[in-house]
Formats: sequence, C-alpha cells, structure tokens
Amino acid sequence: MSKQVALLQGNEACALGAIYAGCDFFGGYPITPSTEVAEEMALMLPRSGGKFIQMEDEIAGIGTVLGAAAAGAKAMTATSGPGFSLMMELLGYGCMAELPCVIVNVQRGGPSTGLPTKGAQADMLQARWGTHGDHQAIALCPSSIEECFTQTVKCFNLAERFRMPVLLMMDEFIGHMREKMTIPQPGELETYTHPRPKIKPAEYRHFGEGTGVGGAYAAMGSGYRFNITGLTHDPKGFPTNRADETKWKMDRLRAKVADHLPELTEVEREFMDDAEIVIFSYGAAARTAQQAVREARAQGVKAGLLRPTVVWPFPDQVVTEALRQARAMVVAELNQGQMILEVERANRTHTRVLPALRYDGEMITPAEVMNVIAEAAR
Amino acid sequence: MKIHPAYEMLRPDKNFPNVWCPGCGHGIVQGAIIRAVQKLGLDRDEMAMVSGIGCSSRMPVYCDFNSLHTAHGRAIAFATGVKLHNPKLHVIVITGDGDALAIGGNHFIHAARRNVEMTVVLMNNMIYGMTGGQYSPTTPIGKRASTAPYGTAERDFDPCSLAKAAGAVFAARGTVYNAAELEKLITQALAKKGFALVEAVSPCPTLYGRLNREGNAVKMMQWQKENTVNVKAAEKLPPEKVRGKIVTGVFHDAETPGYTEIYDRVIAKARGA
Repeated sequence: MSKQVALLQGNEACALGAIYAGCDFFGGYPITPSTEVAEEMALMLPRSGGKFIQMEDEIAGIGTVLGAAAAGAKAMTATSGPGFSLMMELLGYGCMAELPCVIVNVQRGGPSTGLPTKGAQADMLQARWGTHGDHQAIALCPSSIEECFTQTVKCFNLAERFRMPVLLMMDEFIGHMREKMTIPQPGELETYTHPRPKIKPAEYRHFGEGTGVGGAYAAMGSGYRFNITGLTHDPKGFPTNRADETKWKMDRLRAKVADHLPELTEVEREFMDDAEIVIFSYGAAARTAQQAVREARAQGVKAGLLRPTVVWPFPDQVVTEALRQARAMVVAELNQGQMILEVERANRTHTRVLPALRYDGEMITPAEVMNVIAEAAR
Repeated sequence: MKIHPAYEMLRPDKNFPNVWCPGCGHGIVQGAIIRAVQKLGLDRDEMAMVSGIGCSSRMPVYCDFNSLHTAHGRAIAFATGVKLHNPKLHVIVITGDGDALAIGGNHFIHAARRNVEMTVVLMNNMIYGMTGGQYSPTTPIGKRASTAPYGTAERDFDPCSLAKAAGAVFAARGTVYNAAELEKLITQALAKKGFALVEAVSPCPTLYGRLNREGNAVKMMQWQKENTVNVKAAEKLPPEKVRGKIVTGVFHDAETPGYTEIYDRVIAKARGA
C-alpha cells in the first residue's frame, strides 16, 4: 500500500490515532475547542464496531468511559478546560480503581469560560494535581499534528500498561492547526493491549502482585467476578480501613509511576550538545521556541531546545542535568508560569531561570522568545 | 447444616457483617434481588452490579457478581459504559434516593430517555443515611432531618413518575414489608429490555425514624404494612384516601427498543455506508 499523506487538523489526527490504537469506545460532551475529536470518533467508531455516545455532561462522559474500561474497552474522552474541571473527581476514581483510559484536554484560555476559541497551556498543573488525594499522573504534550496522532497511540499504550487514565494535554493552537502528515501504516507504530489473566477465577486478585504495570487484568464479564471500588481496597478489590492495606495500596499507586521513570521520560533535544542557553518548552509553544532557537543559533548564540513530550511525570533528572550544563534556562509556555515551577524545583545549581510567557490567547512569537534569550545571554 | 439459598450468591469472606444498621430494609432488598436472579436463572458471570455512594450502594460488595462501586451519583453513567461496551451483561444499578435523584438526577433521566437496558433498584429511605440523616429529594415536605431541624421546606420527587416521564419502559414500587411483591417486581424489571426502575421503599429507623419519632424498626415495618395500597386499588379510591400512603405495583410497562439494540442498527448503517 502506498503511503497515505493527509492534510489534517490536530483534533482529527488525535481521533485517527485513537482508532489506530484500537480505541473502541468514546464517551463525551461537546466543548470548544475539542469537539472535532468527538465528531471524528462519532463518524469512525461505528464503522469498526466501536461505540460512541454523547453524554449529558462531562462527568457522565468520563463516567461512561470508566465503565466501558471496566468492561474491557479501550476507551477515551476529549474535552477542554471547563469540562476537564468537571472530570476531576472521576479522574481520581480512574487512578484509584486502576482503570485504563485516555483523556484529551484541548486547552483553552481560562479560568472559567475564559477564551473558548483561543489557546492556552494553563491546565498543566491541574493535570497533575487537579483531583484530590495523593496520586500519580501521566500526561503527554504534542507539538505537531503528527504528534497528535502518535502520542494518542502512545497514551493508549501507556494506559493499558500502567492501568490508569493517561492525559493528552493538547492546546487549541495544535488542535485547530492544519499540517501535512503521513498516516502510519498498520503495524508501523507499536500498539499495546494488556494481557488477560489465565489463572483460575478463584485464584484471581484484580489488584494482585507488585505494581501491576504490564501485568494481566480481567474485564467485567470475562468470567472473573471481582470488585472495583473508589474506596481504598485490598488486593481483591474489597474496601478496607486497615492501615497496612491502605499503605499497600498507596505505595502501589505511587510505585507504578515512580519505579518506571526512565520508561516515562521522553524529551526531544535540539542543539543541546553545546547549548549555553536552554529553552524549555512543550506543546504549541515549543514550535515557537524551536524557531527562536534556530534564529539564535544563526546569530551566534549557543541556544538549545529541551522539549519534553511526556510532561508528567516531570523529567526531573533531564532538566537538572540541562540546568547544570546551561548558563541560563528560558521556560516558554502559554500561561502565567506553571511548568516553570517544576523547572525551578529541579534546579539544583541555582542556574538562572527566565520566563517567556504569553497568556492573552495569542501565540507567543519567536521575537518574544528571542528577547528573553537575549536577556539570558547578557 | 442447612445453607441459606442466597448464600451461593454472596461473598462471605471479609465483607460481612455488612454496614447496614439493625432494622434497615436494604438487606431485604438484596435478598429480593438475589431470589429474582435465581428465579430467572441468570448466569452470575453475566451479572454486573453497579452502584454509587451511600448505604444502599454498598450492596455490590456483598454480591458475588461482577461488581462496580463507583462515585456518588455516577452509577448510571458508569453502567451505561458497561452495558454499551458489553451488551451481553445484565446490568443492575443499586442506588439510593440521594444518589439517584440529587447528585445523580441528570444521569437518571438521561439513561431513562436513552432507554439504556438496565434495572435500577432505587432504595428509597427518604434520607441520607451514610452521612447521618440529611434530607433528600424524597424526604416528604415538613419531615425532619439533621439539615432540616424544623422540617424541610422542599417538595419531594416521585421516582416512578420521573422515570416514566423521562422515557423508562418500566416503573414500579414495592416495599420491604412485602418482600414477595418486591421480588416479583424486580423479576419483571430484570426481564425488560430497556431502562427499568424498581423503587424499593426501605425504612431507616436509625435516622429517619428517630428524627421523625416514627418509632423503632418494628413500628416502621408495621406502618408500611398498614399504609400500603396497591396501584389498582388506589385507582378506585378517592385521592384523600390515598394521600400519605405508599402506592405499590407496576405504574408503567411499555415495549420500546433498548439503546444497544438501536445502536446495533447505527453500526449496521455506518458499515453499509
């Protein structure tokens, strides 16, 4: 088969990536600027025998996704700021009940109704800490239309492997931007589906040994009659108040991410070998940052780009090392300063960290980033 | 030793004794559900019991089915996902008056409108039990609760009328006093291919009874016995003779294609297109 090249919007590429990954369930609620994801899924899912449902609100959207996930679906929802806020309680349910699913947030300006048709990256810390209680988060950030596709596939793989909701933190710029991309052929990208248990039902423990990462787990209706609850529970899934069992569960949830940091660290580097001024950026802002770095190099400034594609868990080690190497780090993001807080936390060498921020709904320009690079180079 | 007929459908390890207070009606509802499942010969592996939060919603933990204890108010949203992804499963939603009609009210009416195939057993004790006796959407006006020390100022929902108006194919009410009738209603509901509601009026002597001076568990049961009128008898009585009584029986029974059945046609159309 010849290569299929298409001119796609980020939201469309995300939906195509979901289908490629084997997504067979979508539940959601319309909200700008994410709606095209739902529209594409409504078109494509029934063709492959999957199910699409438009629910009565975003809470029901993620609720029905988690229910389908419990029944064995590769399930997904897509939303934006206000809907993401509504989903917070059940995002925590997904973490506690260890249900794999993908939640797409095409970020727009906030707070509240904010700027529905304009982009932002202002839900980055909400993605990490928005739901209550100690928990881990895995979140990816695409910078191109192609990455909207490939990272959606990766989100499904990670959700299946880590047994938890995985967030795709897009933004309106990427969601509505159009770019050319080559659609991957079947088999070209890895698609992972978690193994199903083979042991006798009587011996099955839904939250069995270890952290469960990469392990087998059953779906409701598969002959293994287990319990799922949002209450703290024992390895069989039955509610508990006991301190030892509570600690076991909380340690398990933490370890599944904390013990797999190398696997979950994914950072793109450009001109980093001899970089003195490092630009840390992600998502749409990283496209501007990339342009600024190239222009700075043309002017003889040793600038480099550090672009995490997995933003949560935060790539502490990589950033700490980059800060050790650099004279200064510029953090370019579309908010009043969110991931810069993580950069500062990882800064063990008291390296200068400068913000390059824009939060008026417009895209940050290369000139604006260049100004901060110039200041950093002084 | 003779084993209780319901025992085979329970999970005796660790989970018992249950959380319900002495005199609570919820255990009787659980017994009625298990007998209905046994009577219909349903396969436990194909039973999915989904609940929200509250006293009633603890039931799935005790039943040896596929069980999903979700978040407050969201059982029906989760259950919609379970049913849509695996239509072979018999989905029973276990909920209470606060869970289904306050925080979960939107999901309740929309699942009824879509006619998603599920049996909703709504245990109505007219109060929030687990949090200590606050008034719910079914607490009758003027009745006392911990958050209505002078009596509530709110009118109450009729869950059966609500379900019927929203599009459910089946709506019925029973009491825990008449467990045989309740079992029959649940059996009928489980056989329906659509959104079926059974409201089970269940006394809460610990909170509702104490706050409203309605006496102990036995007295509340006695009250149910003496104040229940069947819907067919009620239709022939003047309204003042029915006021304040529990009307039981089947209020609505229709045949409309269920959601997953209609969705299969959507799939066929999409594949043909």
